[in-house]
Amino acid sequence: MNFSIQTATPLKPTPYVAAIIGLLFSVGVQANEPLRLATTTSTENSGLLAELLPAFTKATGINVNVIAVGTGKALQIARNGDADVVMVHARQAENVFIAEGFGVNRRDVMENDFVIVGPATDPAGIKGINNTLGALQNIATKHSSFISRGDNSGTHKKELSIWKHASIEPDKAWHKEAGQGMGKVLLMASELEAYTLTDRGTWLAYQDKLSLSVLNDGGVLLKNPYGIIAVNPALHSDIQYLKAMSLIAWITSPVGQRLIDSFQKNGQRLFYPTAIKDVLNQ
Amino acid sequence: MNDLSQASAHAFQLLLSGNSEIWEIISLSFGVSFSAILIATPPALVIAFFLAFFQFPMRRALISLFNTFMSVPAVIIGLTLYLLLSRSGPLGDLRLLFTDKAMVIGQIMLSFPLLVAMAHASFQAADRRAWETAITLGASPARAFFTLMYEVRFGLIAAIVAGFGRVVAEIGCSMMVGGNILHATRNIPTAIALETSKGEFAQGIALGMVLLVLSLSLNAGVSIFQGKGELQA
Repeated sequence: MNFSIQTATPLKPTPYVAAIIGLLFSVGVQANEPLRLATTTSTENSGLLAELLPAFTKATGINVNVIAVGTGKALQIARNGDADVVMVHARQAENVFIAEGFGVNRRDVMENDFVIVGPATDPAGIKGINNTLGALQNIATKHSSFISRGDNSGTHKKELSIWKHASIEPDKAWHKEAGQGMGKVLLMASELEAYTLTDRGTWLAYQDKLSLSVLNDGGVLLKNPYGIIAVNPALHSDIQYLKAMSLIAWITSPVGQRLIDSFQKNGQRLFYPTAIKDVLNQ
Repeated sequence: MNDLSQASAHAFQLLLSGNSEIWEIISLSFGVSFSAILIATPPALVIAFFLAFFQFPMRRALISLFNTFMSVPAVIIGLTLYLLLSRSGPLGDLRLLFTDKAMVIGQIMLSFPLLVAMAHASFQAADRRAWETAITLGASPARAFFTLMYEVRFGLIAAIVAGFGRVVAEIGCSMMVGGNILHATRNIPTAIALETSKGEFAQGIALGMVLLVLSLSLNAGVSIFQGKGELQA
C-alpha cells in the first residue's frame, strides 16, 4: 500500500525534506506564536497565572504557553533557548543566570513568604521563638527531623540559604532530602512528624490534609521575592524578545500589579506586588 | 545536540570518579531489588508449581488473577501500599512508610505475579513424567520438586531475571512509598526523575547507563547460560 511512496522517496528525497523544513520554519515565524513562559510550580498551582495571563492576552493579543517546573529546571529550559521569559524566585540563581548572559532586563514582580511548619507536639519547641534563626537552631540541636525539598527548587535554595545564614551545617541524621515537590514533602513531613519549610500558598492549599501547624513565620529571612527575566535574544534566533518584554512591562504595570495585589486563595492573599508599590498605595 | 554529549561525558566522569552519592544510590537500588526478588521467588515458585501440577477448585481463576496482576501499574501498588502504611492507615503503627523496607514490600508485590505467571508457564512445559518418576523412585515430594525445578531451570531463571528487570527499573511505587529521601530511600529511577527535574542531566544519564549496563549483562548472562543448556541436551 505504501508502494508509491516507497519508490518515490529514495529517488528524490530533497524536495520533501526541503518542504518539511520550510513548513517548520513558516510555523516558527508565525506572528501569533505563543510566548513561552518558564516559571515555578508555585505561580501555576496557586492559580495566580490563571488570573493574570488571560488579562495580559486580552490587553496585548499575545498568547502565553506556561511551562511550570522547579526554579532550577525553569532556568535550565531558558538556558537551552526553550523559553522566552522566566519568572522564578531564587535571587542567587537569577543573578548567576544574568551574569552568564542568558537573561536580560530583570524586574521585581512580587513577593510572598515562607513558613516553618511542624507537628503540633513541636518536639523541638520552636513555637513562640520569634526569630527564624533561633527556631532553626532548636531543630538542629534537638536533631528533630526536618524534610528538605532537595530538588534545587526555589524553596530548596531558600532553605539552604537560611541554614547557611544560621551557620548550621544540616546533618543527614535529621535533615532528610526528599527530592520531591512541595505538596509531597508536606505530606511526608506530616507522616513522619517532621518540620519543613514551605511557601504559604502550598501550605494553605494542603493544610486540611496535614497534621501540621505553622510554628514560625513573618521573619525577614522568610521573604520570597519573585523576579521576571527576558531570555537574551542574542543567544537563539527564535527567542521572542519583544513579546517577553511586553509581558514584563505589563506585569510590572499598575494594571498587572493591582491584579497580583487583589489575587486571593481561600480568602487569603498570597502575593504582594513589589514592582511599583507606591502606585498601589494611592 | 551539544548538551547531550557533554552530559554523557560528564556522566562517565561521575561514575569513574567514584562519586559517593551516585554509588550510594546504585547500591540502594540493587539492595532493595535483590531483597525483593530473594523474598518473592521461593513462595512464587511453590505457588507456580501447585498451579501447574495439581487440580484444585479456583485453579483457573487463580491463574487468570496472577496474569491480570502482572499488568497492574506500579503506581496503583504504590498508592495501595501508601494508604496501608500511612499513619492514618491500618498498618500505620509499623512506621514503615518512607523507608527502604516499604520499597522492598512494594517491589515484592510488583514482581510476585510476574514470577508466578512465568514460572507457571515453565512448569507447564515440563514433562509431568519427570515428577511422577521421581516420586515413584522414592524421592520425597520436596526432593522431586527440586528435580523438577532443575528440569525447567532456564524458564525459572528467565522469570527471575524478568522480575528483577521489572522492579529495578520501576519508579511509581518506589517514589510513593520510599519518598526519594537522600541516603535513605533514593534509588536509581527516583534519582533520575529528580536529576532531570533539576536540569542535572549528567547525573541522570550516568544512572541511566548503570541501569542499561545492568540489564544488558543480566540478559547476556541468561542467554549464555541458556545456550550452554541447549548444547548439553
